Amino acid sequence: MTTVLTPELTAHWDEPDSFTLAGYRRAGGYRALPRALAMNPDDIIAMVKESGLRGRGGAGFPTGMKWGFIPQGDGKPHYLVINADESEPGTCKDIPTMLANPHALIEGAVIASFAIRAQRAFIYVRGEVLHVIRRLHHAVAEAYEAGYLGKNILGSGFDLDIVVHAGAGAYECGEETALLDSLEGHRGQPRLKPPFPAVAGLYACPTVVNNVESIASVPYIVGRGSAAFAAMGTEKSKGFGIFSLSGHVTTPGQYEAPLGVTLRELLSLAGGIRAGHQLKFWTPGGSSTPIFTAEHLDVPLDFESVGAAGSMLGTRALQVFDETTCVVRATLRWMEFYRHESCGKCTPCREGTFWTVQVLRDLEAGRGTEADLDKLLDICDNILGRAFCPFGDGAVSPVMSSIKHFRDEYVEHVKRGGCPVDPAASALFAAEVGGAR
Amino acid sequence: MAFTKDQRDRLTERAAQVIARYPQPRSALLPLLYLVQAEEGYVSPDGIAFCAEQLGLSEADVSGVMSYYTMFKSKPVGEYHVGVCTNTLCAVLGGDGIYSELREHLGTEGEEPTGDGKVSLERVECNAGCDYAPVMMVNWEFFDNMTPRTARQLVDDLRDGQPVAPTRGAPRLVTWREASQILAGFPDDQATGGHTAGAPSLAGLRIAKENGWTPTDDGEPQ
Repeated sequence: MTTVLTPELTAHWDEPDSFTLAGYRRAGGYRALPRALAMNPDDIIAMVKESGLRGRGGAGFPTGMKWGFIPQGDGKPHYLVINADESEPGTCKDIPTMLANPHALIEGAVIASFAIRAQRAFIYVRGEVLHVIRRLHHAVAEAYEAGYLGKNILGSGFDLDIVVHAGAGAYECGEETALLDSLEGHRGQPRLKPPFPAVAGLYACPTVVNNVESIASVPYIVGRGSAAFAAMGTEKSKGFGIFSLSGHVTTPGQYEAPLGVTLRELLSLAGGIRAGHQLKFWTPGGSSTPIFTAEHLDVPLDFESVGAAGSMLGTRALQVFDETTCVVRATLRWMEFYRHESCGKCTPCREGTFWTVQVLRDLEAGRGTEADLDKLLDICDNILGRAFCPFGDGAVSPVMSSIKHFRDEYVEHVKRGGCPVDPAASALFAAEVGGAR
Repeated sequence: MAFTKDQRDRLTERAAQVIARYPQPRSALLPLLYLVQAEEGYVSPDGIAFCAEQLGLSEADVSGVMSYYTMFKSKPVGEYHVGVCTNTLCAVLGGDGIYSELREHLGTEGEEPTGDGKVSLERVECNAGCDYAPVMMVNWEFFDNMTPRTARQLVDDLRDGQPVAPTRGAPRLVTWREASQILAGFPDDQATGGHTAGAPSLAGLRIAKENGWTPTDDGEPQ
């Protein structure tokens, strides 16, 4: 068997002090930084371009290209904003990264800031993860003390300050322009693009917004070279990434592998679907990416292949559901999430998510009709592509894809006047409840 | 109830520290809302007025921002605010059952606290711990792989004042107000304690080590 896992960001998470400066240094940390500070900033941008690194927050935009859009010599302050607002359902890679290895993020942030000539960086972390926030504050304080942050970093003449900023419970703030509005002290609602953040971002100044995993991958690229990174992955999806397996699998967890690995390969390592059950459907990259079924087990999990198969790689959040899961129930819960989190700015998204939930509730309870399926698709049509930000496009993904793959199951709810699946059977503690009551 | 002079002096001093972190004062609004929430347990009209005054904003403006974010509470919640993830994956794996069990067991409505003021309950959206599903949060610390039984025991222990520690978090579970203080950007001294990674976080690494799939050379950069 060829090597399928490549622990790099996750390589030292099993060491009890991996989150400390000492632990990170012992693992080779902060060796890329002096090298970067000795380079021409433009050469760092070129290096990240050559590595092929694409944004790890879902959209997959080339990171080096994003950095290259920052105008230089414009006389304005530049900012780096790290999107640590990980909230896409199923996505659970940045939170453990920051808990166990926050210094990789700090080192990457210093290198990235130096490259784009920013002297202030912000880590916008979702608020609901208290211990992660402690670890970030601690890592920033350690980095200041060691001279990796602050004035004249490692004698280079470069200054950088990092502020850890906690969000307050709004999924929409994961969208980069909504995040910037939130960081400026407003309701987190998206801005119309253009202008893009690279031109008018935080305080209308040139700003790069990057995901945690993207920035944490930068020390590797600078330290080992862009060719080492580009040697992994597929033609247009280079490098390694963290794949998060959750749901009805024997061993859920974080699996770091080159892009292009398949779910079949990952499941074979994770002990397969839980004993006695079969795969029914899964998301390749969170709830905003159209669902897949068993026929997609061999789709290479890279940006191009997943796209060609009708979904999106997203955040590599592989939520796996077996045959005990009612697809209508799953879709309803996702839509309740989107309805709850819609920021309300755009009418198609605000109203459309509301009405989709109403129709899905009727269908799940067996009060729906077959005409409701067409109504759902019609509402989705009116949301898709009609909102400022990608939220609306994401929200219709579970509805449209579940009807595409499981129309018969929807119809069965209508014909039976109820759900054909026992909800208790999908729980992990089915036996306990049965015995205890 | 308006803030006392002592409270106001302390809050003003902290507010100045928060505002100084940012290039523009208004960026301090979210941390300031956490700061007043830490003082009173929720964001009261006095808290809103305080934030408005510090930043030169109208109370309506502050209120409009505050009401957008679910982590700011306009009414008191429990000393231990419990969240059960009922987003799809956790719901399907058992979060729905846990939530209904706790709702019945506590006998409270909405986010109101129990009569002793100890525990309040809400549904939360995906908290980025899916490989530990079903997940619960108490004051935004992780309680992983829960069942209805362990969830019931947890809230009973919280109400009885028994020592409770997160399954993945700090060694000591802080109160709701202490948590708000940390979120305002004033962390406590627990960063180096507690957990670093649970078994699911290490699942891939463990398999890689068993197979001798080692990371690329950690030596000096070429």
